[in-house]
Amino acid sequence: MALLEIRDLHVALSDGTEIVKGIDLAVESGEVHAIMGPNGSGKSTLAHALMGHPAYQITSGDVLLDGRSLLELGPDERAQQGLFLAFQYPYAIPGVTVTSFLRSAINALRKARTGGEDDPIPIPEFRKELAAATERLKVPRELLGRYLNDGFSGGEKKRIEILQLALLHPRLAVLDETDSGLDIDALKTIAGGVSDLVGPELGAVVITHYQRILNYIRPDFVHVFAGGRFVAEGGPELAEQLESEGYDAYLPEASNGDR
Amino acid sequence: MNKPETDVSQIGRDYKYGFHTTDKPTFSTGRGLTREVVETISAQKDEPDWMLERRLQAYEHFLTRPVPEWGGDLSKIDFDSIFYYVKPTEAEASSWEELPPDIKQTWDRLGIPEAEKKYLAGVGAQYESEVVYHKLQEELVRQGVVFLGMDVGLREHEEIVREHFGTVVPFRDNKFAALNTAVWSGGSFIYVPPGVKVEMPLQAYFRINAENMGQFERTLIVVDENAFVHYVEGCTAPIYSSDSLHAAVVEIIVKPGGRCRYTTIQNWSTNVYNLVTKRAVAQKNATIEWVDGNLGSKLTMKYPAIWLTGEGAHGEVLSIAFAGKGQHQDTGAKAVHAAPNTTSLITSKSISRGGGRAGYRGLVNVANGARGAKSKVVCDALILDEESRSDTYPTIRVHESDAEVEHEATVSKIGEEQLFYLMSRGLSESEASSMIVSGFVEPITKELPLEYAVEMNRLIQLQMEGSVG
Repeated sequence: MALLEIRDLHVALSDGTEIVKGIDLAVESGEVHAIMGPNGSGKSTLAHALMGHPAYQITSGDVLLDGRSLLELGPDERAQQGLFLAFQYPYAIPGVTVTSFLRSAINALRKARTGGEDDPIPIPEFRKELAAATERLKVPRELLGRYLNDGFSGGEKKRIEILQLALLHPRLAVLDETDSGLDIDALKTIAGGVSDLVGPELGAVVITHYQRILNYIRPDFVHVFAGGRFVAEGGPELAEQLESEGYDAYLPEASNGDR
Repeated sequence: MNKPETDVSQIGRDYKYGFHTTDKPTFSTGRGLTREVVETISAQKDEPDWMLERRLQAYEHFLTRPVPEWGGDLSKIDFDSIFYYVKPTEAEASSWEELPPDIKQTWDRLGIPEAEKKYLAGVGAQYESEVVYHKLQEELVRQGVVFLGMDVGLREHEEIVREHFGTVVPFRDNKFAALNTAVWSGGSFIYVPPGVKVEMPLQAYFRINAENMGQFERTLIVVDENAFVHYVEGCTAPIYSSDSLHAAVVEIIVKPGGRCRYTTIQNWSTNVYNLVTKRAVAQKNATIEWVDGNLGSKLTMKYPAIWLTGEGAHGEVLSIAFAGKGQHQDTGAKAVHAAPNTTSLITSKSISRGGGRAGYRGLVNVANGARGAKSKVVCDALILDEESRSDTYPTIRVHESDAEVEHEATVSKIGEEQLFYLMSRGLSESEASSMIVSGFVEPITKELPLEYAVEMNRLIQLQMEGSVG
């Protein structure tokens, strides 16, 4: 039984437009799967649907984490099961500092783990973990006292996403275009941070348009996503081939209006 | 007597959760208001003649004033059914059991100690902070600071009261100021001598006086030259009132160079009409700050006012209103610039949910001669669902050409995307929404004393869970 199993998944918008048209995927702990596709191919829709975004309907198929279907669960319960989504465009929460948000999120997950009893993380332990993770990911301390994503640069937002990944200890992380908007130094730090976390405790799905993030997070498998389906699958060499040849070979004719 | 109901919102005028029992009668003037009631109140308090005169004039004026129709709906107030004066006695402590269960439950969830709950209920005469209070009193007395209940203040400092009482809010100001002047009882009296800075916030909470939660309380604060005081009134826990009308008057005078901050958190139960006139005068280079939180009541109409009468005076109003199911918070602020180079800043935040209605009603008036006045008003409203409502009624009058007056207003809703983002981190929907709401009001909560800020956030969480009536 794989850690994450996606079976013949179909996702549609509320108006019925089908975006994801039947995909299968199995991810084990310690594995990195890259989902590569052109802009507008529906990659972000897939990521949001996995996390349970209410705007996307799963019309058929199933998503299982540790053999348990996630489809009936809300986004909070999916997170409590161990699913994590690093957003391409994280939202701002004015008035709530990064530190206070992180502690609330950790405590929400701890509460779920104890079956609903409050079990707040001791402050010294929280401070220690926070200090270690911020150092590893080179997150400026100053960011922690600011309001979550409020007025942050693109790069700052991405760092905070990966900081959350490091502190919330999910089982399976989906990274949605985490590389977009990052300069090369930031990309190295962030991708390196993710690579360090992948292991017996964590599997990852890296969604990207470009191959460059995969230089720092080595994928075990690459899936090419176009027109709502996986149109090619292979090892890391597939990513390199895409980098040199582009997606043209995988695009059905006249489908550039695809999401 | 009927049985207590569990839903506070069901409390009507026919049944009063009095904290007295029928077999232990306390003195009351009975229902309704007459000239005799006013005379009786004054006689009970053994007041000087001038106060009785003032009460009677106010009573006559109250009769002639119509019920205002420009704000919330006041047509359901039945003035004849109200007890205007009930003398508090120890015997009231026996009726703790009569409190509605959901009020007790909310206090439990806020983690409020038993003794304090009884105090909040108005049924406890003793409270463990009494020791703290006495120590505070000793220090205050040493500095010459007077901090008393208004009744005692009138007895012991008649000359100061007489000089200032009704000068900031005259009884002719409005119907409810007239009513308050006629029947007032309780409230705080504070005098801070020149140059004295009171370091610890003075809290009504510490003043062990069963009368201080009265429905017609009257507060007078006089801050002398270059002095400072921070006064905190009310608390975040829901206050159960057995009566449905709370009409208070607060008058503040800040003399040259002085500063006064007045923090209120009101959380009356949702059967209460909360109609309060609050006004402060800031003289030359003086500062007045109102921090005003409105969480409870059925209808609140309250517009803390700052009158900047001396050159260089500064005033601020920070207000937050939370309107839940069945609630209407018609709140705001007034800034009157009556002297040159005066400045004011008004920040108002409102939240409406569950069909609640929150409004900002404000006035900025730059009078003739107030050259170089500057005023800024920022109103932000957060509407949590489709059935709730937010309104803004700003009035701006400027009579000087060089005045700088700004008004900004925003209305927002909790976005599905923000909720989804927080929920994807494991927070439940109510945890996520209360985090967004807490963040929204953070500019206000960070100005509150810490324990109030903590309680305020906990209360918002409870509100968002829909577990508070």
